[in-house]
Amino acid sequence: MWKGDSMEYLKAFLVGGAICALVQILLDKTTLMPGRVMVILVCTGAILGALGIYEPFAKWAGAGAGVPLTGFGNALFKGVKEAIDKEGFIGIFKGGFTASAVGVSAALVFSYIASWIFKPKMKS
Amino acid sequence: MSNVVNKEVSKMKGKQSILFKNPPYIIAASSVAGKKEGEGPFGHLIDTVHEDVLLGKDTWEEAESEFMKEAVEKALSKAELKSEDIRYLLAGDLLGQLIATSFGIAELKIPFFGLFGACSTIGEAMSLGAILIDGNFADKVIAVTSSHFASAEKQFRFPLGYGNQRPYSASWTVTGSGGVVLSNQKGKKIEGATIRIRGITVGKIVDYGIKDTMNMGAAMAPAACDTIKVHLSDMGIEPTYYDKIITGDLGYVGSDILIDLLKEENIDISKNHMDCGKEIFDQESQDTHAGGSGCACAAITFASYVIKQLQDRKWKRVLLLPTGSLHSKVSYNEGNTMPGIAHGVVIEAEG
Amino acid sequence: MADKKKADIGKVVREKDPKRRNENYNKYVKQVTPKNSLPKNMIAAFFVGGSICTLGQIFIKYYMYMGADEEMAKAYNTITLVFLSVFFTGFGVYQKLAKFGGAGTLVPITGFANSVAAPAVEYKKEGHVFGIGVNIFSIAGPVILYGIFSSWILGLIYYIFS
Repeated sequence: MWKGDSMEYLKAFLVGGAICALVQILLDKTTLMPGRVMVILVCTGAILGALGIYEPFAKWAGAGAGVPLTGFGNALFKGVKEAIDKEGFIGIFKGGFTASAVGVSAALVFSYIASWIFKPKMKS
Repeated sequence: MSNVVNKEVSKMKGKQSILFKNPPYIIAASSVAGKKEGEGPFGHLIDTVHEDVLLGKDTWEEAESEFMKEAVEKALSKAELKSEDIRYLLAGDLLGQLIATSFGIAELKIPFFGLFGACSTIGEAMSLGAILIDGNFADKVIAVTSSHFASAEKQFRFPLGYGNQRPYSASWTVTGSGGVVLSNQKGKKIEGATIRIRGITVGKIVDYGIKDTMNMGAAMAPAACDTIKVHLSDMGIEPTYYDKIITGDLGYVGSDILIDLLKEENIDISKNHMDCGKEIFDQESQDTHAGGSGCACAAITFASYVIKQLQDRKWKRVLLLPTGSLHSKVSYNEGNTMPGIAHGVVIEAEG
Repeated sequence: MADKKKADIGKVVREKDPKRRNENYNKYVKQVTPKNSLPKNMIAAFFVGGSICTLGQIFIKYYMYMGADEEMAKAYNTITLVFLSVFFTGFGVYQKLAKFGGAGTLVPITGFANSVAAPAVEYKKEGHVFGIGVNIFSIAGPVILYGIFSSWILGLIYYIFS
């Protein structure tokens, strides 16, 4: 598993890191709030996915392109596209949530369980 | 009937100010704060410091109520009074509908005026309290405010668990409560000089169009500038009249802006300006960026540090100028600016 | 530099028209407000973000090694990263990392998970329905709304043109 894979890990690190470093410029140089930045990332990923740019990029960069929210946006469009190819018009409505189902369900379920276990912690 | 003002009894001064004929006495001041404030430069002067800022309550809001209740009780005990001795209580906080205040002071059964001035509330409370006393409408009042980092973050910014990076211009909401007891008579127990409120200047809302909630100092500086300008003109004095001109929570960024704005109007406060937000935390070791903020910032700084300097006769005359930003999450989301206000309270030590 | 600052503040104080005065004031404030050190923050974001992505790559490779195909491995990776993010948010660790890492913790899917876990934990005090239920998407909601909406529009365009 580990043999010959060091290139993949390096690519993930460099590409993921680069995307984050670029976004840091947005955070520091503008008064954009994190919520808005997340929206920009997801929509950018979806648009680049639709233009056919993100998918080959993701295939090359691996998790470096898949883990960032842009990858999430790309996955949303990919899901819609596949759903349209398979089921036609209804796919436009089905594809997005289907593609994001795993991530959103996991976030909701784990977060709700967390609310039972954890208490908010004061910052210091 | 024409608008004739009986100049004999008028205490109006200039455009927005009042000079009291019977300057109320500040007979006691109390401060209760959290761990971070206790570790600050004058933490040792704060009456009570709590390690756990939840104070054993279920919610942050209830904890803030408890901070305020403790501050009032401490002030009463320092003045050797009971709650029945207090005619009116003037108080407020940052939360919607002032829930921290109302639930905090309810059991004390003191007739109550709820106030909102954001972080300028202690200035507003002391001003109105002083008017009540000087006008013979009350013999003893308490002016108190509170703020809490957790409840303020929840209301204005993000839940505590959220991973956001604060910019340099952001301030740290002070957790705690500070209050003063005002009286028409000198206090029985005299520690050092007698402290009196000689006059006030009521601020007007000043808005220079700042929309960045992470830079409140810049939003409030023009209001502080305006009140100082009007105050000096109304009272006919120079800035050097005061040992210190103490703004509430302009922080590092706002303080520099204030000094610049005033310099442009040929008013120089650079030698005697002080800001509670800058003083309450140590910027380097406590990582508080632009400084402290919140209603309790000015209240605690005054009730613990400033009053001691006055009592010890290190300072004779100060202008306390708590500053506030009157926006809300809704107004911000709707694209509005952050209107600022600053109230001036003239406090002097005699004897 | 000091003279330029003096000139800018003059434009603020002497400007009679409130709209132009406000514009000048905003320009002046932008000039005098110190900014966080961008290079330092970029490097931190690069390291933290890169590390999280590398961790994701390790998980994907591991799940594939355990027999999953690539798509399934990516799904399990998402679940794992989301779980870890919620876990560390609960212990107050993710926020500490975010203070340092900035965009490095915001950009990966772990940032999304943190933005769901944080309100869930905080709003429990206001009840399960009106506290957690209403507020759980208070930060992440826009991501879902605009993610679905943009993919919907793009899907519509794709459908029309194919």
